[in-house]
Amino acid sequence: MKAVARPRNSPQSETLLLAKQDFQAFLDQLWQGGYRVVGPTIAQQAIVYDEIRRVEDLPRGWTDEQSGGQYRLTRRDDEAWFGFVVGPHSPKRYFFPPQVAVTQADRTSNGWQFSEVPDQEPPYALLGVRACELAAIAVQDRTFINEQYVDPIYRRRRERALIVAVNCTQAASTCFCTSMNTGPRCTQGFDLALTELPDSFTVEVGSERGADVLSSLPVTRAAPGSLLAAEAARQQAVDQITKGLDTKDIRDLLLSNLEHPRWDEVATRCLSCTNCTMVCPTCFCSSVKEVSDLTGDHVQREREWDTCFNWDFSYMNGGIVRNQIRSRYRQWLTHKLASWIDQFGVSGCVGCGRCITWCPVAIDLTEEVAAIRENPA
Amino acid sequence: MSVQASSAMVDNPWLAQSVEVATVTPELPGVATYHLRFRDAGLNERYRFRPGQFNMLYLPGVGEIAISLSAANEMSGTWDHTIRVAGNVTRTLAGLGVGGELALRGPYGTSWPLDECTGADVILVAGGIGLAPLRPAIHACFTQRKRFGRTTLLYGARSPDMLLYRRDYDVWADRGLNVSATVDRFQPGWSGDVGVVPLLVDRLRPLTPANSVMFLCGPEVMMRYTVRSALERGLRRDQIWVSLERNMQCAVGLCGHCQLGPAFVCKDGPVFRYDKIERYLNVEGL
Ligand SMILES: Cc1cc2nc3c(=O)[nH]c(=O)nc-3n(C[C@H](O)[C@H](O)[C@H](O)COP(=O)(O)OP(=O)(O)OC[C@H]3O[C@@H](n4cnc5c(N)ncnc54)[C@H](O)[C@@H]3O)c2cc1C
Ligand code: SF4
Ligand code: SF4
Repeated sequence: MKAVARPRNSPQSETLLLAKQDFQAFLDQLWQGGYRVVGPTIAQQAIVYDEIRRVEDLPRGWTDEQSGGQYRLTRRDDEAWFGFVVGPHSPKRYFFPPQVAVTQADRTSNGWQFSEVPDQEPPYALLGVRACELAAIAVQDRTFINEQYVDPIYRRRRERALIVAVNCTQAASTCFCTSMNTGPRCTQGFDLALTELPDSFTVEVGSERGADVLSSLPVTRAAPGSLLAAEAARQQAVDQITKGLDTKDIRDLLLSNLEHPRWDEVATRCLSCTNCTMVCPTCFCSSVKEVSDLTGDHVQREREWDTCFNWDFSYMNGGIVRNQIRSRYRQWLTHKLASWIDQFGVSGCVGCGRCITWCPVAIDLTEEVAAIRENPA
Repeated sequence: MSVQASSAMVDNPWLAQSVEVATVTPELPGVATYHLRFRDAGLNERYRFRPGQFNMLYLPGVGEIAISLSAANEMSGTWDHTIRVAGNVTRTLAGLGVGGELALRGPYGTSWPLDECTGADVILVAGGIGLAPLRPAIHACFTQRKRFGRTTLLYGARSPDMLLYRRDYDVWADRGLNVSATVDRFQPGWSGDVGVVPLLVDRLRPLTPANSVMFLCGPEVMMRYTVRSALERGLRRDQIWVSLERNMQCAVGLCGHCQLGPAFVCKDGPVFRYDKIERYLNVEGL
């Protein structure tokens, strides 16, 4: 059970090379192997995860420009396939789906029968997973698999998945993975990790499963020139990272400042719109609702993503605990960066910057922490 | 003691087991005790819980709610839950009647630390429906009478006609429990105390603080003032346990709703030693 959280790679020391002209064969191989391949594609003016059947589905020649409250797709001056950072989606939506039936009840002549809802999803091959996303998966493994109670849907999907990571070769102004020690280099938790070059990918093999997928493809051993070029491409991402979060004693800093005036101040800006939690690759909150068919004889319990920014999230008959935006923002930030550490032994933040980009009023958690650090209670 | 009800409950924490309402004991206006029995007789035999734990009760098409076990009823072979009608699910449950079907998963959460209290004077303090999760602890005091020193129940309700399990107080007293009740509002015929629960703590005699433990369940404000009185009487923070309530969708630490600081009330609680949760409990709106 614990195996999943452990880095799955027993890295094969040799780095391989896969020509771009063979990438379609790689995709075909995955589909034929029974995987449902999902990866980056363009929809609604953003790069999102969806099915990838052909290389044409990838956002070739596009990039994303991101800053606080801003996301824009623009043309690149080359034809890079993975020449962008991260979009509003993350792999989270496949292991912990936005909506899924957890149990069902059927009225029979013998009374109600309660049962599991078999999960029919084929195994996923997740393509284009970034280092921060690998880290986010490891964070969610702790929540859904490694604690006393295991979520069966998450575990099944997680254990069957193939993860094809792609190293970042650029960073956005919102990225701070270097502060969180999660990136930009993919070092663990993948089956295969690619680095994009103009005509090929270098490929690191992280597991048996990854090696198996490659077995029938015309991969070669990467020549020193390719290795150097890949290293240089990856270094560009490191060099472009400007944002930072000082994580020193961050748990104690936040938990000893629960009445800091900054919470009042941020509450005047935060709209409690929930965007930050919806795009965050580690947020795991959910609610369950009843969905009946017309006869009422078949009922499903459907679990949906929920968020601590919804006003009724803390509803109890007799009152709402977090009735103020101040309370709700404080909950999000202190959970993410402080109490997560008590609960799961890691930070709930991997430094992907999504919550900064997708906040309509450009609230930046690194600035909120810095403000408290500057003037602690 | 922490035997799980069935392996199915462990494998898929979302899956509930079929139970039926064997009988209903009306308690107060809007409050009744539902005596539930698993339809699977083997499961009904195997089921165990510890005082202070709760179950998730599920009504298909209506919803699922957290309810404490209020007794293991050996006479009727049922698992008892005392429930106040509050809204949608509790109202529908109240309308089910004997033979009504629902589903149950559990037990969940931490329990009153009776095992750690050998030799201590046990002071149980409850407000309103908060007496329900303490009742199994009262029963444990009787079955393990020799284990504990003096046992006391301090109980408060809004008015005399809202005193839960009132028919039992004499029996409890006969079995060695010192019962004191107080009400907020006087009604004719009431000869007991009028006033809030912390007053009972202020007046409690005899009291040997160093050798006492206190288990508390009621509205949060009531618990806050009761703790204050208890501290003034010389109890230490680590001699007091409180049972908390939060919105719960899963009861197994997966849905995120019940968080209070680092604690998941569903699995780190609902029963907390006061010194471990005080820091968060006393922050408004956390
Ligand atoms: C650990 C625990 C033990 C409890 N034990 C008892 C008990 O022994 N007896 C009793 O009468 N009540 C108990 N409660 C409170 C009981 O869960 C609520 O009164 C009940 O959920 C109200 O549901 P409703 O649908 O009737 O009300 P509504 O107001 O319609 O509530 C809608 C939904 O909100 C959620 N909800 C509402 N109130 C609460 C609440 N207080 N706590 C958690 N979720 C809530 C539930 O999902 C509920 O279905 C307990 C709560 C907790 C957390
Ligand atoms: S908190 Fe923000 S930066 Fe951190 S992982 Fe979540 S979305 Fe990314
Ligand atoms: S911090 Fe920004 S994204 Fe998050 S709820 Fe507030 S306004 Fe929305």
